[in-house]
Amino acid sequence: MTDEVIRTENLIKNFGKLEVLKGISTSIHKGEVVSIIGPSGGGKSTFLRCLNLLEKPTAGKVYFNDTDISDKSINIQQYRQKIGMVFQNFNVFPHLTVLDNITLSPILERKISKAEAEKEAMELLKSVGLEDKAYEYPKKLSGGQKQRLSIVRALAMHPEVMLFDEPTSALDPEMVKEVLQIIAQLAKSGMTTVIVTHEMAFAREVSDRIIFISDGVIKEEGSPNVIFTSPKDPSTIRFLSKIL
Amino acid sequence: MSIVTVFAGTILGIIIALMRMSRNKLIRIISDVYVEVIRGLPALVQLYFFWLLFPKMLPFEISDTTSIVVAFIVNASAYISEIIRAGIEAVDIGQWEAARSLGLSEANVFLKVIFPQTIKNILPALCNEFISTIKGTSLASVFFINELTTGYKTVASATFLALESLCIAGAIYLMLNVALSKLVKILERKLKESD
Repeated sequence: MTDEVIRTENLIKNFGKLEVLKGISTSIHKGEVVSIIGPSGGGKSTFLRCLNLLEKPTAGKVYFNDTDISDKSINIQQYRQKIGMVFQNFNVFPHLTVLDNITLSPILERKISKAEAEKEAMELLKSVGLEDKAYEYPKKLSGGQKQRLSIVRALAMHPEVMLFDEPTSALDPEMVKEVLQIIAQLAKSGMTTVIVTHEMAFAREVSDRIIFISDGVIKEEGSPNVIFTSPKDPSTIRFLSKIL
Repeated sequence: MSIVTVFAGTILGIIIALMRMSRNKLIRIISDVYVEVIRGLPALVQLYFFWLLFPKMLPFEISDTTSIVVAFIVNASAYISEIIRAGIEAVDIGQWEAARSLGLSEANVFLKVIFPQTIKNILPALCNEFISTIKGTSLASVFFINELTTGYKTVASATFLALESLCIAGAIYLMLNVALSKLVKILERKLKESD
C-alpha cells in the first residue's frame, strides 16, 4: 500500500514483566479515521503512545511514511512534528497564555515568525470558538476548553496524522459533546485520525474502521457496522454486550 | 562574594540536578556521590579542604579567595541541585509528553516548558537556600580573606569598637538578605500571573 501513513509490525511492549502489547501489526491509511476500543488495561493507550514513540517499543517496528521511526538512531523529534497528539489530561502548558501554548512549537521548530504564528493561532482558535480566550492563562479555561486548546495546539504544527488518547475521558459529561464535535469535524475534513475512546456511539459514527484491542493483541477489526452489529470474536462480543 | 556564589552555585546546581536525572547510570552515580559527600560534610571542613588542597592540586597559582569561593559554589550547588531536582520531578509527566509530542527538541522541552514551571514551584525554597548561602560566606573570615565578617574583625581589632562594628556588619547582612527576599517576592508575584 502506498498511502500508508503509519504501519506497525509485530509491536511488543513490556513494562518490566508485564506484557502490555503482544505483537500488533496494522496500518493506518491516509485520510482514514480509526477508532481503537477495548477494555481498560488491554493496551489501547500504550499502542497509541508507541505510534509517536512516547513509549519505546520493546520489539517490533513503527513506520511513518515508510520510515522506521522506532529505529534508535533516528531523531524522533522531526517525525513527532508530523504526528499530533491529544491527551486525556489535556496537558496544556499552565505557564503560557492560550495563544503562546499554540505558537510555542511553530515558532521554535517550524521557524515561522511570531506574527505569522499568532495569525495562524488566532484562526485556529476561532475555528474552535476560543478566540476571546487568546490572552488568558489555561487556568481560566474549563476542561472542554482546555481540550479544544490542546487540539488546535497540535494542529498548529500541521500534522499529517492526529492521535487522540481518550480525549473525553477526563471531561465533565456536558463538555464531552463540544470536544467530540471538533474531532468529528477534523475527521471529516480528511485528517488521518486514530482515536482511543470509550465513546462507542461516536466511534461508530465517525470511524472508517474499528480496531478492538484486548490482552495486548488486536482481537478483531473492521468497519463500524460489522464490529458493532455482528462481532465474531468472543471477547469483542463480551466487551460490547457490557457497554452497549 | 555572596552574589558570585549564588549565581554560579545555581548554574552548577542546575547541571548537577540534570545529571542526577540522566539516563546514563555512570553520570547518575557520579552526581549522586557528589551531592551526598558535599551535603554530608560540614561547610567549614569543606572550606579547609579546598583551602589546603586546591593550591596543591592545580598547576597554577591560586589565591585563597578563589579557593574559598570555589568551595562555596560547590557547597551551594549540592543543596540547590536537590531543590531543583525536586522541582523538576514535581512537574507533571504529561507536560514532558505533550511538549515532546509537539516535536520540540529536548532542549526546548526543558527550557520552555519544564523549567519555567520548576522555577515557580521552587522559588521559596531557593530563596531560603540563597539566604543561607549568603550568611554562610561569613565562614570565610576563618581564612581571613576579604569578606564582610573578616572586615568586621579587622575594623574591630583596629578600633576596639567590637560591638559597633559587629552591628554594622550584621546590618549589611540583613540588608542584603532582605533585599534578596523582596526581589524573590516580586519574581514570585510575576510568575503567579498564570494562576
